[in-house]
Amino acid sequence: MFFLGQSSSGTHRMIKFVLMVNQQGQTRLSRYYEPVELSRRAALEADAVRCCLSRKKDQCSFVEYKDFKLVYRQYAALIIVVGVSDGENELSIYELIHNFVEVLDKHFSRVSELDIMFNLDSIHIILDEMIQNGHIVETNKNRILAPLTAINKMVEG
Amino acid sequence: MSDVVEKTLTALPSLLSLDSQPGSAKLSSNSKLGNLIRGITELTSKHEEEKLIQHELSSIKEQVSSPNTTMRQMRELMVRAVYCEMLGYEASFSYIHAIKLAQQGNVLEKRVGYLAVSLFLNENHELLLLLVNTVLKDLQSTNLIEVCMALTVVCQIFPKDMIPAILPIVEEKLNHPKEIIRRKAVLALHKFYLIAPNQVQHIHNKFRKALCDKDPGVMTASLHIYLQLIQENAEAYKDLTASFVTILKQVVGGKLPMDFNYHSVPAPWLQIQLLRILSLLGKNDQRTSEVMYEVLDESLRRAEMNHNITYAILYECVKCVYTIHPKSELLEKAATCIGNFVLSPKINLKYLGLKALTYVVQQDPKLALQHQMTIIECLDHSDVIIKRETLELLFRITNAQNVTVIVEKMLDFLRLSKDDHTTVDLAGKVAELAEKYAPDNEWFIQTMNAVFSLGGDMMQPEIPNGFLKLLSEGFDSEEEDRKLRLFAVNSYISLLQGDPSKLPQRFLQVICWVLGEYSYLKDDLDPVVVLRLLAQLLDMKGSSSDTKSWVLVAMTKLCWSETAVSVAQQVAETYSSSFDTTLRQRAQELQHLSRDSQLHSRVLPPGGSLEPVEVDSSLSFLDGFVSEALSAGAAPYKPLHQRQEELSRSKALSLEPYGLSLPISTSSCSITDRQSPTLLSTSSGLSGDSTDFSHRGSSTTLKLDGVRRVWGREGYLAQKEPVEEVAQVEIPSPLRSPGQQGDADSCHSRTPTANPEGDREKQQLASSLFGGLSSQSSVCLMEKSERFGRKAKGQRASSTPNEQRSDPSVSSSSAVDNLLCNNLLEENSEPIDSSTKQTFQHPQSLRVPNGACDAEAIISDDDTKGRNRPVSPEEHVEGDDFPPCEDKSKDLSLTAHLPAELSGFSHSEIIPLCSNRSLDLSACHVQTDNTVVLVVFVTNSSEDANLQIQVLSEELEVCCPCESPVEEVRGHSVSVRQYSLTVKRPLVHFELVGRLSYSAAGTLQSMQFSYKLPLTSFIRPLTVSTEEYGSMWLAFSHDTKQNLTLMKEEQEPLSATLNALKKKLSLHVVEIIGVEGLVACSLLQDQPCLMHCRVHAGRLAVWLRSPVADLPDCLLYHCQRALQEH
Repeated sequence: MFFLGQSSSGTHRMIKFVLMVNQQGQTRLSRYYEPVELSRRAALEADAVRCCLSRKKDQCSFVEYKDFKLVYRQYAALIIVVGVSDGENELSIYELIHNFVEVLDKHFSRVSELDIMFNLDSIHIILDEMIQNGHIVETNKNRILAPLTAINKMVEG
Repeated sequence: MSDVVEKTLTALPSLLSLDSQPGSAKLSSNSKLGNLIRGITELTSKHEEEKLIQHELSSIKEQVSSPNTTMRQMRELMVRAVYCEMLGYEASFSYIHAIKLAQQGNVLEKRVGYLAVSLFLNENHELLLLLVNTVLKDLQSTNLIEVCMALTVVCQIFPKDMIPAILPIVEEKLNHPKEIIRRKAVLALHKFYLIAPNQVQHIHNKFRKALCDKDPGVMTASLHIYLQLIQENAEAYKDLTASFVTILKQVVGGKLPMDFNYHSVPAPWLQIQLLRILSLLGKNDQRTSEVMYEVLDESLRRAEMNHNITYAILYECVKCVYTIHPKSELLEKAATCIGNFVLSPKINLKYLGLKALTYVVQQDPKLALQHQMTIIECLDHSDVIIKRETLELLFRITNAQNVTVIVEKMLDFLRLSKDDHTTVDLAGKVAELAEKYAPDNEWFIQTMNAVFSLGGDMMQPEIPNGFLKLLSEGFDSEEEDRKLRLFAVNSYISLLQGDPSKLPQRFLQVICWVLGEYSYLKDDLDPVVVLRLLAQLLDMKGSSSDTKSWVLVAMTKLCWSETAVSVAQQVAETYSSSFDTTLRQRAQELQHLSRDSQLHSRVLPPGGSLEPVEVDSSLSFLDGFVSEALSAGAAPYKPLHQRQEELSRSKALSLEPYGLSLPISTSSCSITDRQSPTLLSTSSGLSGDSTDFSHRGSSTTLKLDGVRRVWGREGYLAQKEPVEEVAQVEIPSPLRSPGQQGDADSCHSRTPTANPEGDREKQQLASSLFGGLSSQSSVCLMEKSERFGRKAKGQRASSTPNEQRSDPSVSSSSAVDNLLCNNLLEENSEPIDSSTKQTFQHPQSLRVPNGACDAEAIISDDDTKGRNRPVSPEEHVEGDDFPPCEDKSKDLSLTAHLPAELSGFSHSEIIPLCSNRSLDLSACHVQTDNTVVLVVFVTNSSEDANLQIQVLSEELEVCCPCESPVEEVRGHSVSVRQYSLTVKRPLVHFELVGRLSYSAAGTLQSMQFSYKLPLTSFIRPLTVSTEEYGSMWLAFSHDTKQNLTLMKEEQEPLSATLNALKKKLSLHVVEIIGVEGLVACSLLQDQPCLMHCRVHAGRLAVWLRSPVADLPDCLLYHCQRALQEH
């Protein structure tokens, strides 16, 4: 419904989107790896978050959503939701989310929701180093942060 | 989970309200972005949000266009615009400024510019072209950071057509001393491979170099490309198996730098990637699998640490072990692993365990047996996801013994499911199982009733269609069929007597059809009762007009008796003035047929319900209309995709000046999107999709494949009812046995078996669930097919039963065509059975040993069809005074007058075109190697005459070799004229019009005639090599795509289909590579047309290209026809 058919690359596994949403359902970050019309995103995000929030703590961190899966992980009031195609290894994505949060934590030294809001561009730059075209391209924390650090140094120095 | 992060983030909510916390401290709180963020956090309603963002957008709009805005401010503006879009409000006015920012800003501003571009624009956005120059400049920058960000944006979003402009520079970067640049260059090539695989075809050896790079990051990046390549063609990369194994060994052995570790596990995601590659390589290949046994064993052993990520690796490892050639030792370990997963108290692991189990039960059903108690527990798990996954597992192990239990479990779940997608999916699965393994009729009908009621109207249309087909075609035993149908009738009658308003429309339609067809089987049922029940559906509020049509059609079938007629008349009265035209039509039919019992029994004759229905699926009766419209100057139909492509091409052209600054000429750029089909497979996947789409919009086959067509089978004329049953039906005894009441309701009321009885219950459930598993091997498990199973398969393969029913006359004649055409095209000197030939040609006319072929298979086919059809709005041959009954002996003798130089070639049937008392004019056309010659015969049956013939055509050049236009024809002789024909403009059919003027005995008279021949007469095979084909393909500009029906040949549907086309249309099959086929032909000598075929989703996606406009479209039409007639 939301997605225009199969992924164009023909691969079976891919990440469809990454969302950071707070408990009130406000989107703090969204990155799509498959084209989704702007007008449909808000509904999709609200739907996905509702799906994740309705689940109890002791339930599985993976939810079926339409023809794909949502992998979610909650950090305080913030939920990170990753939409993946059916063939993906959900647990590896679950840990990828944590790796992402650890990278953010390292960069912002104790990351907070406001950090994320005030540094939306940096968060995106970090995420772009980790995931491209729905594939995991880097998981080494130092290497993920290297480009951003270099840019910040240049601007300051 | 890291405790540190957890705690940090737990402290968040309290921080939100404060201003003085570290993250936001550096941003002044009264900055515009700060204000926006504050505004967003304070939002309480959607309405407020809209107000805030609209205000923000207008403020951004004002500032971006101001000339005084600095790049620094622009950066902030872009972030604000990103915010607005993130909340779902379009900020398209800022797109161009994002590109400007990327162009002009300093590093950070540039990065934000690129970021905004990649967030705002999609792959096909035209503004993206404006980015190309900036990217090009940055790629050549001496500043590594700029190179890096340019490569990043290329990896994310880059116009396909412009790849050649930057490809050499990107390739250069593969040798860059910095590993991050090399890594990003490899990722950029991966991106190029995804969007335009043929563009990077030539640099495959560079991928290998990247794989061997000393930096693990670069190597990792190259794995993305390899995974993709190996997915497409594992054979070609078997030699790399040892390398991948070595890499995995090193990773597992901890040889990577420490910072690649994640929670002390070395590069877990890299391990997962490698395991995926290995399983692809080792699948069905013992030798390759043996190479990896050791490292898999080590992986299984190493991953013993208790952390999620090691389990993620283990899962991948287990899957790999079960995918490659089996080794018992490894299988055992993997099975233990799965056991640990399934038994784990951690819910995420349990889920993964079930998923793994679902994957492996196909190879090893015993494993499910081992864990049966756990599976049963999972079936009643409080988490719906776990339940769902368990059902998926059960679905895979269903057999004839456990089907009833498993289906019941699935239906239980279905009753509680609120998610549409799950409902559709599960309903489909239940229907599949029911058709495959149904133990008896009663169960089958009841299960299907449940599927129809629960699946509702979202259900796949194939399910009701398949069900009706199964019911109508029946099985081997008449008696069984009768019982099944009778059971369905009984069941539906009681449903209708209950509360039909609760039933979904689709189900009601099924009920209508079945009652219309088979209610006569119930001896004691008065049709009036059925009619009343049906009529009640018409009055129901929720009934859609579709359903009402079904009701009316069913009623039409049932109105036999006097009383029935009066009920029907009443209904027909009401609906014959309906606003809905379909309903009105149906009501009119009902009215007329119920009034006239004679007509009724003729239209719905006895015993005719399975009579094949002739459907002219090519809409050939419109040919005349189409060619008339075309010759009147109408533009030929172009499929949607072609129109769009042309549109986009013209757009691309307008940007040409921009291309001048590129190092590569624009002409080569514009060529790049015309990929050679020999090279691509990913992008042809794309094209396959788009053909699918365009196919739906195309005129010729669209309506036939759709849902309505199949459902339309109940169409009033098609259905015939056995007349001899009337007497039985008329016996009025509306008694029903109590056992038949409310059978569907009982389905609903069954409750899940969860209860405190506990273990014993579970044991019982286990024995019923896993029945048959222990004794059977997996193979017979999957292949176990009941009588239902066989049917179910056939029905899934063909969604349109009507099309399958071939008209006997057509099929026999096309068989002859095949035989004959075979001879021509392959120049076999096989002797032809002369009796077969007689169908088309008279034996005397066979002067040529090989030339017996009726070169115009299509035209002849049309003719046969046309004659079979009672009403054909088009006649292929028109003549002014064309006598309806032609003396056949006349044209027999004409064959003898065929010019000697043409006698070696095949000719079409000689068709009389016009005649009067003294003159007969007939014609045929002859296909030589490089021409088509029209031969006109004028038979003068009276005295000498001077005659003059003019032949004209708008689309054909007609050339008469004889000098004088006026010729004297002596009495009682035959004059023969030849006209060579050349195509000016391709058309599906060409029409020639002519005038014959003659003077005899001082009076001048004239007659007009016309002659029609198909494009195929001008098509000749074009023999080219695959390489030539490839280069020609790129050069041709006119193209069209379409999906065609694949022939239902079990072995090689592609080659069978191509051969059929080859035989019918004189094509040359260049090569068949896997699922792709290359075909070439030319319009006479010099106008080639190439066809690229690819099997996609059970259809044949064809893509035709030619330098000649309209040729692909016209040829496609003939391909379609050829395949439909086959």
